[in-house]
Amino acid sequence: MLEIKCPYCGKRSQNEFSYGGDANIKRPELGKEISDSEWDNFVYFRKNPRGKHSELWHHVAGCRQWFKVSRDTSTHEIFKTSKLNEEL
Amino acid sequence: MTQKYRLDKGGFIKRDKKISFKFNGKKYFGYEGDTLASALLANGVHLVGRSFKYHRPRGFIAAGVDEPNAKVQLYHGAKTEPNAVATEVELVEGLIAKSQNCFPSVSFDFGEINNFLSKFFPAGFYYKTFMWPKNFWYKIYEPIIRKAAGLGVAPLKPDPDRYEHKFEYCDVLVVGSGPSGLASALAAAKNGARVIIAEDKSRFGGSLLTDEVTVGNKKGKDWADETIEQLKIMPNVVVKNRSQVFGYYDHNMMVMFERTKDHLEFPNKYTPRQRLWYIRAKEVVASTGSMERPLVFGNNDRPGIMLSSAAKEYLRVYGVLVGKKPIIFTNNDSAYETAIDFKKNGINPIVIDIRENSESSVIKEAKNLKIDIRFSHAIANTRGHLRVNSATIGKLNEQKTNYQSLEDISCDCICVSGNWTPTVHLASQSGNKLKFDENINAFIPNQSRQNETTVGSAKGSFTLKKSLEEGFNKGFELSNKITKKNIKSAIPTSNERSNGKQNKFWCMPLPKNKNYKRCVDFQNDVYVSDIELAIREGFRSIEHVKRYTTLGMATDQGKTSNLNGLQLVSSIEKKIVPEVGHTTFRPPYTPVTIGAIVGREVGKYYRPTRKSPIHAWHEKNNAVFVDAGLWLRPRYYNQGNETLHEASKREAFNVRNNVGICDVTSLGKIDIKGSDSAEFLNRVYTNAWMKLPVGKARYGVMLREDGIVFDDGTTTRISENHFHMTTTTAQAVNVLAHLEYYLQVVWPELNVNVLSTTEQWAGAAVAGPNSRSLLEKLFPDTDVSNEGLPFMGFKEADLFGVPARIFRISFSGELAYEINVESGYGIFMWEKIMEIGKEMGIEPYGTEALSTLRIEMGHVAGSEIDGRTISSDLSLDGMLSKKKDFIGKRSLNRKAFIETGREKIVGVVPLDKKTMIPEGSHIVVDNKASLPNPKLGHISASCWSVEYNNPFSLAILKDGKQRIGEKLYALSPLKSKSIPVEIVSSHYVDPTGERVRS
Repeated sequence: MLEIKCPYCGKRSQNEFSYGGDANIKRPELGKEISDSEWDNFVYFRKNPRGKHSELWHHVAGCRQWFKVSRDTSTHEIFKTSKLNEEL
Repeated sequence: MTQKYRLDKGGFIKRDKKISFKFNGKKYFGYEGDTLASALLANGVHLVGRSFKYHRPRGFIAAGVDEPNAKVQLYHGAKTEPNAVATEVELVEGLIAKSQNCFPSVSFDFGEINNFLSKFFPAGFYYKTFMWPKNFWYKIYEPIIRKAAGLGVAPLKPDPDRYEHKFEYCDVLVVGSGPSGLASALAAAKNGARVIIAEDKSRFGGSLLTDEVTVGNKKGKDWADETIEQLKIMPNVVVKNRSQVFGYYDHNMMVMFERTKDHLEFPNKYTPRQRLWYIRAKEVVASTGSMERPLVFGNNDRPGIMLSSAAKEYLRVYGVLVGKKPIIFTNNDSAYETAIDFKKNGINPIVIDIRENSESSVIKEAKNLKIDIRFSHAIANTRGHLRVNSATIGKLNEQKTNYQSLEDISCDCICVSGNWTPTVHLASQSGNKLKFDENINAFIPNQSRQNETTVGSAKGSFTLKKSLEEGFNKGFELSNKITKKNIKSAIPTSNERSNGKQNKFWCMPLPKNKNYKRCVDFQNDVYVSDIELAIREGFRSIEHVKRYTTLGMATDQGKTSNLNGLQLVSSIEKKIVPEVGHTTFRPPYTPVTIGAIVGREVGKYYRPTRKSPIHAWHEKNNAVFVDAGLWLRPRYYNQGNETLHEASKREAFNVRNNVGICDVTSLGKIDIKGSDSAEFLNRVYTNAWMKLPVGKARYGVMLREDGIVFDDGTTTRISENHFHMTTTTAQAVNVLAHLEYYLQVVWPELNVNVLSTTEQWAGAAVAGPNSRSLLEKLFPDTDVSNEGLPFMGFKEADLFGVPARIFRISFSGELAYEINVESGYGIFMWEKIMEIGKEMGIEPYGTEALSTLRIEMGHVAGSEIDGRTISSDLSLDGMLSKKKDFIGKRSLNRKAFIETGREKIVGVVPLDKKTMIPEGSHIVVDNKASLPNPKLGHISASCWSVEYNNPFSLAILKDGKQRIGEKLYALSPLKSKSIPVEIVSSHYVDPTGERVRS
């Protein structure tokens, strides 16, 4: 079980959090004309890297804040966590 | 019975406390402090079980967790425990144990026929044998294999015991209380760290209990005892025995299994049987010691043949002689300590040593004691059916490929030593890639990937001096990283025997023309010939050899056999061991009971139960409850001998004709505040929200980004910047997380706050033609007329002094209201409504009637919003705004969504107007078509329409409304039903929605 440092609450066990996927995905702006492939990339396609990955986690059983985590997907090493408006 | 093999003195057992126990139906005695194994050996019992496959007689090999043979069944009935390791079971008054995997008894076992037929059952025989004929598999092969497979018998009744989980944090967790463990714990604790030290056995000290050593000028055991006492009184230290740290998980999460009850004769009634500890340790010191490896020779698996260290432990800890005519068989010096111990207790051992000679201090000591030592000799074979009674020994030739001469010598036990294997399991589990150490011929930890440090013999440091040094140094170093107190403890002086070099030779040759079985894996009956066969058949990877032969599998996970198996593969393949590699070590290190893993999460504690504040009233009024997520909701209220069907029909009928009341507290409620709230709803829902007037509710549908319908519900504008959203019971949690995601991650610029208020409000739906006259009496000061409170209207009102919210919304399709009050007033509201509604014929209705009402109205719910449907499938296209963008809109022009022929919602009525259509039935054109019968859709929900007094169902059907009027079939192969049906509109009752507006 991972130990994740919530930027608001401090270190907590993984079972307080839920995973939210790639942190670098940007939702296309509302009302903007975009191609089918751009939309498909946003909805369906995700990279599955081995190694360093920036991702979102949600402290569901805590402060309910979303935040960013930089984690190694093969070793689970967590390099850094940050608030959404901070650089990871 | 006397304990014939118990010495008159010695050992750490309590001789004044005699304990009786039963093994295989026979009564024996032992002492407090014995294990089942030591007590049986004290009584001369070596035969404990039968081997897994060939049912060969087997005895004790080890004295601890590495024991592969002595798996016993404890007690009977609900308390029975299979596969208990006799070397780990502490003796307690009245203990009952029996051998496993034998019939009718361990000394006469029919299954032994397998041994005589063993050439027909080599490794992998079942992969080759049971191939044909195909139909024999289920009826003949499988039942026979199932009967033959496995070891113990699982209990069939619920576990009567209680188990607990505990969560703990510490700076340094020390696993194992041998010399290096005690040293690490003491050094870390004195340096101010919070320390947990865990010992699997009941006694602390590890090798200090059995070795002739001194530490700080004290006997090893005395130093261990004093150190433990010292640690116990320190406030920053937790000292635990009977506790096995069995798993090393991510981020230094360690899991420990503590045995708290089974060893107690009179346990406290509140003591749990076992406790599972989750320990988050900043640093882990694995001082897990090492295990002796057996030597491999002809018929080396007879009862009476065991590890020399185990013989020494039985003698030193329990005062038990494992035999009176021992042979010691070794390739290294450590076994000589066992020989010396025998000699000092008046027993004359014969030492068979593979090496040509050795001149270390321990051998000199043995020679001085006039112990018979035969260098360059080996054991070629043994005899004795249920207990070894002789060994065939011979002088090895120079190449060690054969014997120069053979002679039989009688014996009653053989103590073997093939040198030591560091216990690297925890290090390996932590991600440490092991390296092979040529000097000790075994794997040791290499680079730590987590905060793991292995010390002592677990990393191949086999001298006491080095173990203590490593322990003290690492204990200080690791704790100082955390405490920075710089308090260093002095390393005590120590004295031990010095050992010479081992010979790596471990697998004895077979004498010419002899085909003796040489056992590598005792628990799984894997012999040298099986591994040779696997390699001959082309299995190269050690992982494949393992799975083909079952080497190193089952409950002991090859603790004694793995390395010998690897060495055998490497010698056949002419590779070096590190090239062959090792199989993966996975948790748990030792078996853990399911009870301990489950802990308190059994029965009603399996998960939390959510109850509405009106729950007690429902109970009092014969409600039958149904699980709705975590909630318990009344399904129906039973009257007399009614069935579910009859009760729900009565309740739904009463709503359509009088007035009913339903507890809707479980609906998700989310409070939305902030200046951008309307804009946010506009983006979240598919319809328009900017112009919703204050005091009005609106129905909304949310999509996922992929265009699939996510949830629906009504949201009410309480004031300009304040909304009250409702969600379905099932999706309440997910909708809140969805809203939070968009507010925090996607559109942080919006000034909106969301908060779950599900539990703050108690809700009652009041539905039926009489509901308005009921409300007039409930709220005499409030105008609830159709003009004063029109459909989708909202008012705050006063319910006999209690502030209430009235929403004129309807799920039942009738004139209806939902009344909310603060949770604490829920029961007051409910009882008031029941009291005043009595004259209007009010009756409570449950979820079953609620379903009936919504189905015949064609209102969708979870069975239609099933994660596959889009708005137009559910006739909700009118809800899709063309003027604005919203979550999921861009997906709606996906090809698959705009194609014709999608499955869409319709109503279905059986032609006979009598047969209920099972939910999940398939709809087909031809009920006799050959399989697979093309499916047009499925029945999503069924009810008995109280309006028309016949069955009615909703279906998701290809081409949907275009098929209205068609006659098709609903097929349920599960219920063996084929029902002719007609397709009708999904809005079966009041299609224009007059009632809700009346």
